[in-house]
Amino acid sequence: MVEISKKYAVQMRGITKSFGTFKVLDDVELDVKKGTIHAILGENGAGKSTLMNILYGLYSSDSGEIYLNGKLQFLKNTAVAIKSGIGMVHQHFMLVDKFTVIQNIVLGNETTGRFGIIKTRESREKVKEIIDRYGLNVDLNRKVRDLSVGQQQRVEILKALYRGADLLILDEPTAVLTPMEIEDLIRIMGSLVADGKTIIIITHKLKEIKKSAQECTIIRRGKFIDRVKVEDETEKTLAKKMVGREIKLKVDKTPFNPGEEVFSIKNLHVRCCRGIETVKGLSLSIRRGEILGLAGIEGNGQKELIEALLCARHVDSGEIRINGEEIQNTSPGNVLKCGVSAIHADRHKYGIVLDFSVAENAILEKYRDKPYCERGFLNYKERDKFTNKLISEYDIRPKDCKDLLIRELSGGNQQKLVIGREIANEPELLIAVQPTRGLDVGAIEYVHKTLINLRDKNKAILLISLELDEIMDLSDTIAVMYDGAINGVFKSGEADENDIGFLMAGGQENEQCC
Amino acid sequence: MLNSILFAITITLMYSAPLVFAALGGVISEKSGVTNIGIEGMMSIGAFVGASVGYYTGNAWSGLICAGLSGGVLALLHAIASVTFQADQTVSGIAINLIGSGLSMFLSRLFFNGATTTLPVPQKLPKIFGFLGEKYDFINCINLDITVLLSLLAVMFTWFVMYKTKWGLRIRALGEHPAAVDSVGVSVYRARYICVILSGILAGIGGASVTLAIISQFTPTAISGQGFIALAAVIFGKWKPMGAYCACLFFGFAQALVIMLGGGNNAIPTDILAMLPYVMTIIVLMLFVGRSSAPKAAGKPYKKGSR
Ligand SMILES: Nc1ncnc2c1ncn2[C@@H]1O[C@H](COP(=O)(O)OP(=O)(O)OP(=O)(O)O)[C@@H](O)[C@H]1O
Ligand SMILES: [Mg+2]
Repeated sequence: MVEISKKYAVQMRGITKSFGTFKVLDDVELDVKKGTIHAILGENGAGKSTLMNILYGLYSSDSGEIYLNGKLQFLKNTAVAIKSGIGMVHQHFMLVDKFTVIQNIVLGNETTGRFGIIKTRESREKVKEIIDRYGLNVDLNRKVRDLSVGQQQRVEILKALYRGADLLILDEPTAVLTPMEIEDLIRIMGSLVADGKTIIIITHKLKEIKKSAQECTIIRRGKFIDRVKVEDETEKTLAKKMVGREIKLKVDKTPFNPGEEVFSIKNLHVRCCRGIETVKGLSLSIRRGEILGLAGIEGNGQKELIEALLCARHVDSGEIRINGEEIQNTSPGNVLKCGVSAIHADRHKYGIVLDFSVAENAILEKYRDKPYCERGFLNYKERDKFTNKLISEYDIRPKDCKDLLIRELSGGNQQKLVIGREIANEPELLIAVQPTRGLDVGAIEYVHKTLINLRDKNKAILLISLELDEIMDLSDTIAVMYDGAINGVFKSGEADENDIGFLMAGGQENEQCC
Repeated sequence: MLNSILFAITITLMYSAPLVFAALGGVISEKSGVTNIGIEGMMSIGAFVGASVGYYTGNAWSGLICAGLSGGVLALLHAIASVTFQADQTVSGIAINLIGSGLSMFLSRLFFNGATTTLPVPQKLPKIFGFLGEKYDFINCINLDITVLLSLLAVMFTWFVMYKTKWGLRIRALGEHPAAVDSVGVSVYRARYICVILSGILAGIGGASVTLAIISQFTPTAISGQGFIALAAVIFGKWKPMGAYCACLFFGFAQALVIMLGGGNNAIPTDILAMLPYVMTIIVLMLFVGRSSAPKAAGKPYKKGSR
């Protein structure tokens, strides 16, 4: 354990925290050197967000001390933490989406004239200066709800810097970003530490840790495991320390052995909610025992395609067939009945009901069917049996969570439940959209294995992901989506990252890229 | 002709004033994220306290002030239940309504020899041109209750605070995303307490502007649904002070219609006519309730640290 010293922006000692009887953090320590990027690594539900919320004064710890710049501090609420120069960008953004960017930034810290009248001129200038200094471009007059996720994140960072934060906590900032936005964020983080700021970043992406951080603290199930220099570690050793066992970062696959075609899309046309056509004559087919990876940059019609496949959006023309049966423009219930299951990217919006218990969420699609329902009455015993099976099979934590509100689970554990539930449907076709978003490497390994198992059981899988690595690792066939249509199809191994990236950006297959 | 138009306008304004105060209360409370369906009860207690303090002191103004305070006290109960104890806000609001009307009736019996009607106040609240006397016919036509003017001022003041000041910015944020407000170091609980109490004060004043301006005493039917009409006005007015004001004028006009059409030997029975404001409220609610945009977090208790 290092000594308490002024060289450290933050030092936490013996932090313990329980929710009810469940000990989330147990004697955790943290030492973050001034002017560095410090990563926190841990499995889903390890307690990373909780630890950071304690540092930010949102939760109070049951015991433990926090030292800022070598001085013992009592951060009894966020107001005190902000005054002490701590800023936090939460995993779920804290932005009022009806407000403009500048309103969100000044909220709680307004410059005012007489009678509390807000004067935005001064604040605007101050914010503009920060924007220029760190390259955090965003239009101050737009409403937050009209911004992309990446831009919203910048607003959050601006919010913290505007309040004079010297220490910035970023809780899984990259989980929701596109690869390009991630590059941007890493650049911004670089310019912040160059200016003397300190950053704590929580992320599950080992690559990003290698790329940006100098040191890394590892937490496992609420316990401090180790603090390491990033340059001394590889992705593999980091993963091993975090999970406590060997991890395969790349999955083993049995040889590709496809059966007949189960799913096909022909010449599909779909409009987005603003009436503009975003899926423009897309055709695709998937065979039994095949994982088809759909690569593409966000905003090329993926969202509308997925919604159309699940009958959540009207199809203008074209057909979607599963086992020969046309399903377009029927109902989501019918799609489910035909054997199509989906794992959504935005689980809070589509996958789960946050205020239902874990068990209730587990039977969300099956509550009408036997054995979960008999003559109109729910059968709790069967429901709980099924839930417990999912919990143990997918290692959802905490173990006895079946009656907890799913809201109280960590993001990763919520995702595990969704995946387990969908796979338990034994679908003919599984549509997996960003299935590993927000998951730790251990869980990713598990999800990947599960997907491959499903494929080996002769089911079809449509994998849609913004992460090229994931697509390349899992898919038997890779299709590239660009501007609402398929811009090229490869067998796995036929193309490398560059070829695919070229097509994702709209290049033509027979064009030479040099 | 001119006189009857002026008469219609005067009556509309007169009947809308109580609604305006109450609706403003509703706007403030809902904007801060607390649903307040207890407005009706807060109006009732305000109506009673206003009339009886006005009677005992002989001063209508002190009646009005005490009415505001009594509404505020009732609102405090609502705040304790719904902010501190995170009770269901609808249930708490219903309880407040029952307490409000029950208590005012009970107190009336206690202080006025078992009557559920208080004795008339010696002096009502003044009219805006009251100082000119009643000499001029024309002035009498446009001689509005002072509450009409006060309610308009209250609207402008609320609008100003809501959209120009830092407190307004925070209140509006509270109703949309309380966790965001909390995370920048502003106490959600304190701000909500203040807003709910303010809404009670306004509702109390609204109640008293029935019993101190329109009529001159408290009767069991003095407040009969105005609180709910005011809530409808909040929705119809899209949770905006100015919008709510216009909506209140509309509902006030409905009440004025009852009076104007009710006189003389009319074909429509007065009982049917008296339903007009309520029927209009229901129609408006049916047309607008789904479509207007309520504050996102209204009605949801905020629990620190939940996610
Ligand atoms: N408010 C709460 N009430 C009850 N339990 C909670 C609460 N917040 C967190 N927990 C529990 O504490 C544990 C740690 O949660 P935390 O959010 O800190 O995990 P995490 O490390 O950030 O995980 P992830 O990577 O999935 O975000 C989880 O098991 C979660 O269920
Ligand atoms: Mg977390």
